[in-house]
Amino acid sequence: MMRETLVNVFLFLLLPVTALAAFALDEPFIITLATKAAILALAGVGLNIALGLGGLVSFGHAAFFGLGGYAMGILAAHAQSYTPIMESPFLIEGTKSMPIIWLVAIVVSALAALLIGALSLRTSGVYFIMVTLAFGQMLFYFSISWPAYGGEDGLSIYVRNGFPGLNTLNPLTFFAIAFAVLALVLLFAGRLARAPFGLALSAARQNAERVESVGLAPFRLRLVAFVISGAVTGLAGALFADLNRFVSPTMFSWQTSGEIMIFVILGGVGRLFGPVAGAALFILLEHVLGGLSEFWHIYLGFLLLMVVLFARGGMIGLIAGREVAHD
Amino acid sequence: MTEQMTDVLLDVRNLHKSFGALKATDDVSITLRPGEIHALIGPNGAGKSTLIKQIAGGLRSDSGSVHFAGQDVTPLSTVQRARAGLGRTFQISSLAMEYTVLQNAVLGALGQSGRVMRFFAPVMRQAALRAEAMRALELVGLADHAAKRTSDLSHGQRRQLEVAVALTLRPKVFLMDEPMAGLGASGSREMTGFLDGLRAEAPILLVEHDMDAVFALADRISVLVYGRIIASGTAAEIKADPQVRVAYLGEEDAA
Repeated sequence: MMRETLVNVFLFLLLPVTALAAFALDEPFIITLATKAAILALAGVGLNIALGLGGLVSFGHAAFFGLGGYAMGILAAHAQSYTPIMESPFLIEGTKSMPIIWLVAIVVSALAALLIGALSLRTSGVYFIMVTLAFGQMLFYFSISWPAYGGEDGLSIYVRNGFPGLNTLNPLTFFAIAFAVLALVLLFAGRLARAPFGLALSAARQNAERVESVGLAPFRLRLVAFVISGAVTGLAGALFADLNRFVSPTMFSWQTSGEIMIFVILGGVGRLFGPVAGAALFILLEHVLGGLSEFWHIYLGFLLLMVVLFARGGMIGLIAGREVAHD
Repeated sequence: MTEQMTDVLLDVRNLHKSFGALKATDDVSITLRPGEIHALIGPNGAGKSTLIKQIAGGLRSDSGSVHFAGQDVTPLSTVQRARAGLGRTFQISSLAMEYTVLQNAVLGALGQSGRVMRFFAPVMRQAALRAEAMRALELVGLADHAAKRTSDLSHGQRRQLEVAVALTLRPKVFLMDEPMAGLGASGSREMTGFLDGLRAEAPILLVEHDMDAVFALADRISVLVYGRIIASGTAAEIKADPQVRVAYLGEEDAA
């Protein structure tokens, strides 16, 4: 317990300290890397609610990541071209305001998660993995073949979206925004795990029969978890698109789903700060090893294999040991 | 036939279930009155597990009905039947193994409270749920082990926890599937003494292989063979029943 808290504090400080140091040394690229790590960690925190707490191995979280990205892309593209999204029956215009974009991203991905979850949660095990993968791929091919928003080429946004009272063009400010969102969501996810809902959801992962026999429906618990999980990953998608000022079908690809899952597994499935550790390590490896070799994924794969075989609790499990029940 | 409807807490009427040509449950009726322990015995393969699933939910009957406290629960799911007042324990302990003993009991209390869609307040700090969970743990004698991880419990303690979780549901009826399974002689005696007192809380439909326990506890005994109830009565009546002796108590030669 004590040790995991220490690890969590370290991980929590790691990103802002990195960003501030990079600022002091005038290395804006490092700030961007820290921002990317924070946003990918956020996507992983979303998946971890379904995967870690609920035991739902979703291989389709790219669907929500991409929907969040396209929510940003579509709203901002209409705003920068001064064309409304639709005029009848009522007028909907684009926007460059981050809070509105986030809200739309959350709502759209939550609705998609409700639909996908309602259908896929009737299956389990490998079928659940396949059904979620199929939904992700459906959206991937749809985004490629829909010409209105760039199709295969994706959508470019020329200027980063705005946040009231802040200059989002400053890399450090944008990092602060992304990190603040991550911190808030971590706070929420931490409370969720200890709340009545978290107790029941995690019990349904351990033993669904037990949960049914105390009068709780595992399907309902899992569906709500899947919706919350999708909404968080969707929010991360909107931020990720804003970081790159670019959205493309790649965000919907199954490789993206796999990467989000890698963050969670590397860091520690079901551990609150697991995705933070996983995403930070991923970015570090991508930067360091990617500079040495184009084929750095081989090393990533080797590392992942080691974690899965020898350190089931991921990095956090390795350092902090078995999870302690919080009474 | 003479039983008054109002007296009966669990009323199983004319249940049938066939798997192909096999009649797993063949016109079974069984009742449970307040304060009693009704034991259901029968040789392996008699259809006890099938019958339990039909009563608890999880397996649809071909025909017949199940009533709890006057409410027809036949169309209801396992979850809804638990909410309607069925406290079930499993033959093989079915617990959340990563949780502490207390967390398992709190889970039961939480299910009973119905307030599960709460996303912020820590559940283990909720005094009412904790108190209800501790009451159940004290009753079964597990209060001292409340902070232990469930996977670290002995087999006997898991059996006790199984009963404690059922207790937190404040059920109208207990449905217990071999609570003595795997307990040693002393564990069995302890559990027998405990169940004896439990009948005041709610009546128990007890499926059990341990004949000492059955004869010590049961107000009534029903004998299930090949999906049919071949005899029903007090311990003395069952012991004397020639059909039971042949079919179940293994005294073919004597008969």
